[in-house]
Amino acid sequence: MTERVLMKGNEALAYGSLNAGLNAYFAYPITPSTETPETLAREYGNPNYPNFRVFLQAASELEAVNMTLGAACTGALAMTATSSPGFSLKQEAISYAAGMEVPFVVINVNRGGPGLGNLGAEQSDYFQTVKGGGHGGYQLIVLAPNSVQEMFDLPRTAFDLAFKYRNPVIILADAFLGQLKEDIHAVPPGNGLTRDTSWATLGSENGTRHILNSLHLDPDDQENHERHLHEKYEKMRDEVASETFLTDDAEIVLVSYGIASRISKNAVSLARDQGLRLGLLRPITLNPFPYDLVRILAGQGKKLLVVELNAGQMVQDVRLAADGTGRVEHLGRLGGNVPSTKQILAKAKEMMD
Amino acid sequence: MVQIQDDYETKLGQTTGWTGIPTHYCPGCEHGILTRLIGLTLEEMGLLKKAVMVDSVGCSVLAYDYFNCDHIQAPHGRAPAVMAGVKRTHPELIVFTIQGDGDALAIGLLETVYAAIRGEPITVFLYNNSIYGMTGGQMAPTTMPGQITTTTPYGREVESTGNPIDIMKILSPIERVSYLRRGILVPQPVKAKHGLMYQVKNILDAKRIIENAFKVQQKGGYSLVEFLGTCNVNWKMTIEESKHYPFDQTIKQYPPGVFRDRFGIEGKIL
Repeated sequence: MTERVLMKGNEALAYGSLNAGLNAYFAYPITPSTETPETLAREYGNPNYPNFRVFLQAASELEAVNMTLGAACTGALAMTATSSPGFSLKQEAISYAAGMEVPFVVINVNRGGPGLGNLGAEQSDYFQTVKGGGHGGYQLIVLAPNSVQEMFDLPRTAFDLAFKYRNPVIILADAFLGQLKEDIHAVPPGNGLTRDTSWATLGSENGTRHILNSLHLDPDDQENHERHLHEKYEKMRDEVASETFLTDDAEIVLVSYGIASRISKNAVSLARDQGLRLGLLRPITLNPFPYDLVRILAGQGKKLLVVELNAGQMVQDVRLAADGTGRVEHLGRLGGNVPSTKQILAKAKEMMD
Repeated sequence: MVQIQDDYETKLGQTTGWTGIPTHYCPGCEHGILTRLIGLTLEEMGLLKKAVMVDSVGCSVLAYDYFNCDHIQAPHGRAPAVMAGVKRTHPELIVFTIQGDGDALAIGLLETVYAAIRGEPITVFLYNNSIYGMTGGQMAPTTMPGQITTTTPYGREVESTGNPIDIMKILSPIERVSYLRRGILVPQPVKAKHGLMYQVKNILDAKRIIENAFKVQQKGGYSLVEFLGTCNVNWKMTIEESKHYPFDQTIKQYPPGVFRDRFGIEGKIL
């Protein structure tokens, strides 16, 4: 039985992760992501969520993410949420977790600009989040919800993938998605994920010592370790997920993720009403990126218009996939502004000429 | 001629707490003694299989090779936060770390202080040798006034760098701190009839202090033990000179003692 409820995106992230069997959450407040820890603080101790054993507010983003790392080392479902400036501070522990092969989930509710920027929605953390962010050339799985429903659904997917690959997984949302209220179908809490924790540091009672470490002083050891990681990243490509909307006969395909894809989808519907053949490709996983699908669409002679809330980041991946085939254009807004459907249609018409 | 006063091989014995892998520590360093003492204590207390050691960054970074228990290698300075994550999720585990003065008191001071403020039931062994050892002898937060390091080549000027940090003074007013103790890991050189002799009373005391710290964790309290050690290599001293230094100089800045003992665990050993 699913229940139809109205909630904010950030609240949905909290309930979705509880639903997945969240064990430990470590908080540091930052707008516009704070409703996630606030919701979890309220639900801490609720007998409906018996797996939820730890809620703790840390003294800094660094402390919060390193506590998350510690909890995750014991095989717990551990999570922390933040927003752009905080996400910069999380990079250290994320890099360590990637090197140590420790699974946890970090949520980045993208806000505007470099530095303090502002509290509006941007997708300007695409490079930082999707391409690694910290040191050492690791990769993360990055999931991009575009509705409050997906803010509820994707935490379970995130934990599932984190444990499958023993790798950190990021949910990249934005200020709009965090604050947006929508009605969702909320499935009641089930059992926690079944997962392998034989690697976890839970003591050596069974005679096996567990060592979670990212240090390999011998060059060959380090190279072998990194080769192993990169083989794993290749396997992660199987998890690529995207949504297409009216792409088959489209002359122009909008490529858009997160909140921008909601506007793009409206633009496609409006265009169709006017007899303009627009379609939409929405990556749900930003890493792995749907390179193959973009390549196919570009190969079919379709023009690609990347609509994103930044000055041009995902467009680089789209151009890489199109590899010189066809025309790739970019439309972006900044600072918490979003492109209107009118703007998108005007740009599309310009590309048709 | 150098004599060891007591045969602490016999007194303290070998331990299954140590993996048997030879340590990388420089000759003269007390990290090896600390490894032996903690390993032995965990073995005696029956805690090895329940222990998770969070390794810090610095000279103790390779501890996972030496301690016969589970290990997590934490980012520089973050060990107390990682430990809190482990202990909160699994309170049945015994969670401890060895941190250097740079790791715990410079880059990781926030993590150190907040773990204490929350009274996390974890155990921190802080090895204070007043220098960054692993990186080759730079100024540490504990570097003595006037001490020459590679980043204070003319001696530490406290007017510019501030004074050496005393973690006992910082943590002792904090409500939820259960055990704060400063000890000495250095065998004490004394003049004897036939040359130099080393007394190991400090080492035997250190063993009891380590036991106390783990007992405090078992009682649910936060414990931090600061051990004064040497670093003759980066101090540019002979081993013998370096063994005198803590007793002649360091203890003036860092007097040994009990700074907090909420459970009255020290008993009569003072």
